[in-house]
Amino acid sequence: MNTISRSDFNYICELVRRRAAIVLEPDKAYLIETRLTPLARQNGFDSLQALIASLRLNAADSLHRKVVEAITIHETSFFRDAHPFETLQTTILPNLLARRSASQTLAIWCAACSSGQEPFSVAMLAREHFPALVKGRLRIIATDLSGAVLARAREGLYSQTEINRGLPAMLLTRYFDKQGLHWQIKPDIRRMVDFRQNNLAENWPLLPQMDIIFMRNVLIYFGLETKKAILAKVRGILKPDGYLFLGSSETTLNLDAGFEPISMGKTICYQLR
Amino acid sequence: MAVLVIDDSKAMRSLIKRILNDAGFEVLEAGDGQEALECLQRWNHIDLVLVDWDMPGMDGYEFVRTVRATPAYRHLRLMMVTAESELEHVAAALAAGADEYVMKPFTRDAVLGKLDLLRTTRE
Repeated sequence: MNTISRSDFNYICELVRRRAAIVLEPDKAYLIETRLTPLARQNGFDSLQALIASLRLNAADSLHRKVVEAITIHETSFFRDAHPFETLQTTILPNLLARRSASQTLAIWCAACSSGQEPFSVAMLAREHFPALVKGRLRIIATDLSGAVLARAREGLYSQTEINRGLPAMLLTRYFDKQGLHWQIKPDIRRMVDFRQNNLAENWPLLPQMDIIFMRNVLIYFGLETKKAILAKVRGILKPDGYLFLGSSETTLNLDAGFEPISMGKTICYQLR
Repeated sequence: MAVLVIDDSKAMRSLIKRILNDAGFEVLEAGDGQEALECLQRWNHIDLVLVDWDMPGMDGYEFVRTVRATPAYRHLRLMMVTAESELEHVAAALAAGADEYVMKPFTRDAVLGKLDLLRTTRE
């Protein structure tokens, strides 16, 4: 393993902050080393240091983009943290279905979807418990900063390690096919999710008004002002009776007074005041 | 909460036991299905069972079928932890009455995450 110098660490932090508005704490040197060392090798560099030297010498290009994407890929798993999905199934989706007319579509946005486990979890949950919703009344949009992870998400191909984490075995048998050593989610579930690239810290593409937004474990990577700006934009696209889910260690408190935390089952979600 | 770990490999039992002990579970061990049935008769505070598939004597699949055919064990939650990783194996284990399935090799997070799933779905 290469050990990154303070100067190289600062350069990568500044690059990631400028491109993705993500603040890397000093204890994240290991993240840079573990994510960028393979990237250096794949791109023909002898070492992580050689990769960073090339980044410094050359104008912004696709290599800079790949570095930012490699650093900002997030940890994820199927049905991560379990409780938000239970609340979705037992309370939120039944409530919204009761409030909306039979012709209205429900829109759900997974705002930092990484390799797709979260939107596919929502899709499988809907298929299992709300068959009427699946027939043309559900729109799942999933976005991420990284084009590379979105390509993986669209393919829906997962390792055994990823399958082992959080995915109920019953759903594995119903919605996945074995492909060699990997598992691929079936095409009808893949078709339920519309994957798009979006940098939360920059201008957002045109998005419909959302009934439910999952924006979990992503605000923690941003600085204070960027968090506030993102939550202000969330207010703009969340329906008046819609629901926002953040990560279990995240909150809108002291960031945006426009949201009210609501305790639902074993989870907390946020609604507009 | 007490967990019975059934695996013919002592090393594997030790690995799983360490993961579960660290997470606060009491762990009991058995080397095959028959020994596990004797454990269940002896200790009635076991709630969860982690069971390998391929074992000499009574294998994990047969153990699951036997437990599910015994009304006194209806409360037990059964999770197969096995190197068998084909879709047919997962489907067969569930059809026999297993509640969850983890494929070897596994991570600590995988085992604890699936146990959480079992406890959540039971509540």
